[in-house]
Amino acid sequence: MTTATAPAAIPVAPLARESGLRVTQVRVLRSEWVKFRSLRSTLWTMGLSVVLMIGLGAMFSAISVNSAEGMDPGNTAISTSLTGTFFAQLAVGVLGALLITGEYTTGMIRASLAVVPKRLPVLWAKLAVLAAVVFATMLVASLVAFELGQAILSSKDLGTSLSDPVAVRSVFGAALYLSAAAVTAAGIGALLRNTAASITTYVAIFFLIPTLVATIIPRSWAAHFAQYLPSNAGTGLIDGTYGLENPLSPWAGFAAMCAFAAAVVAAAAWRLHHTDA
Amino acid sequence: MIEVHNLSKRYGEKLAVDDVSFTVQPGIVTGFLGPNGAGKSTTMRMIAGLDRPTSGEVIVNGQDYRASKAPMAELGVLLEAKAVHTGRSARNHLLALAYTNGVSADRVDDVIDMVGLHDVAAKRAGGFSLGMGQRLGVASALLGRPRTVVLDEPANGLDPEGVMWMREMLKDLAAQGHTVFVSSHLMSEMAQTATRLVVIGRGRLIADTTVAGFVALAGGHTVIVRTSEPARLSALLAGPDITLTPEGSDALIVDGLTTHQIGTAAGAAGIPLFELANQHTSLEEAFMEMTHDAVEYHATADVAVAS
Repeated sequence: MTTATAPAAIPVAPLARESGLRVTQVRVLRSEWVKFRSLRSTLWTMGLSVVLMIGLGAMFSAISVNSAEGMDPGNTAISTSLTGTFFAQLAVGVLGALLITGEYTTGMIRASLAVVPKRLPVLWAKLAVLAAVVFATMLVASLVAFELGQAILSSKDLGTSLSDPVAVRSVFGAALYLSAAAVTAAGIGALLRNTAASITTYVAIFFLIPTLVATIIPRSWAAHFAQYLPSNAGTGLIDGTYGLENPLSPWAGFAAMCAFAAAVVAAAAWRLHHTDA
Repeated sequence: MIEVHNLSKRYGEKLAVDDVSFTVQPGIVTGFLGPNGAGKSTTMRMIAGLDRPTSGEVIVNGQDYRASKAPMAELGVLLEAKAVHTGRSARNHLLALAYTNGVSADRVDDVIDMVGLHDVAAKRAGGFSLGMGQRLGVASALLGRPRTVVLDEPANGLDPEGVMWMREMLKDLAAQGHTVFVSSHLMSEMAQTATRLVVIGRGRLIADTTVAGFVALAGGHTVIVRTSEPARLSALLAGPDITLTPEGSDALIVDGLTTHQIGTAAGAAGIPLFELANQHTSLEEAFMEMTHDAVEYHATADVAVAS
């Protein structure tokens, strides 16, 4: 066989190197923050969740003021002004799911994981940025919704104020609840890697199943487990019991909701680490 | 340097990559050839740590890439399928990748200028043409000045000027001492860019050789001679290291003699010749020859031309 011209396999010039390169969790966080703020879909869903939180809180407060029977049973002045939480959880859920499935549907995830081949720092950074942004934004929105709602309710002396410790817990609680919901949605997104499937699953867990349990399943059965569903468990923080027979205490309920989120995230982390990108 | 050892990847029933081993050296451009579905992209994804090998291993610059502390300084990849979020601007896309490893924003802007995307850096990547997308992919691969660069079909979608630019850039990188591994189905493009070739078909290694060696491996230079007396001419030309293959009723394919030697011998013996011509196997033909039935050539890797 002919031996062809041997290639020059020796580097002829020293390589120019970038100095100080290294992957750190803080650097990946910074990267995820750039990703988060540079997409219209994130800004749009964040804006929508603020509008829902404040607008629906005001609307339900106005309905209570104008209704002859006053507050619905199981609701208080605090929970009525924070009714928007129930609707904002849809917007933050879509945000959380899209934050991850958007990378899978566009192929971006391959670029992201190629530069951070250990992979898990990317998931932790995404969840941290999501939780921090949702908490900070929704805390402000929750406070505005509370004050606006109380101002409306006060016209018939139904309102309360932040001097009530339950009110403070509820205002923070709404932001905590929405952060946990968004993280759960992101975990579902990382597990399923598909936008439609993830949002459907999220809606099923947070809206459909609680409603079915409350309406179709006999109360004698539902009373044993309805309070453990993540949305029912978490909303205890917001001073509403929403017709549960055996509600968990507010912080125990939130712990149950976080445990559910942690289980979903753990499964997602396992899949991210062990399967092909 | 990339060292691939007994690499296999199975997707369900399909063995996409089957016990492939080769080494990609720094300082030269190494081409990665194979028909569609041969396993090129799968191999490159395993090099980049995106797909986990079913068996075997890949060593990039002496270590497992996934264990690397500064991945962007070790390996830059351009993958065949687009790997860009369509809603993000080119610059933000590159910034997000750069920050993970601590690459500066200044370096991002330099790379944007280098690949010629300055004017569209603020535009959403979703609106990019295939060629612009390739330039963005090259930019992301070069951000960390990686020692090793892996590019899957980088010329795909580029206009002739872009192809020229890509070719020069790959050669420059190699000349600076980088390891450059680039796949293509365009044999002619590889002939002008690559020094060495790794060829696979149906997931198996067919050849790991130089460009010239690959042509020789698949047939090399032969001579066709047409005469009224093929039997007499055969007897006359026969000898050690010479292969004579009858072609039709009046022609011979001769391997091992020049046109000059054949013409002189035939003239001296008085054998009339109707045609005497060199047959150059092009890289394209060599490739077709080697891959049309990849299974038939399993063992060829062992006779790959040593460098």
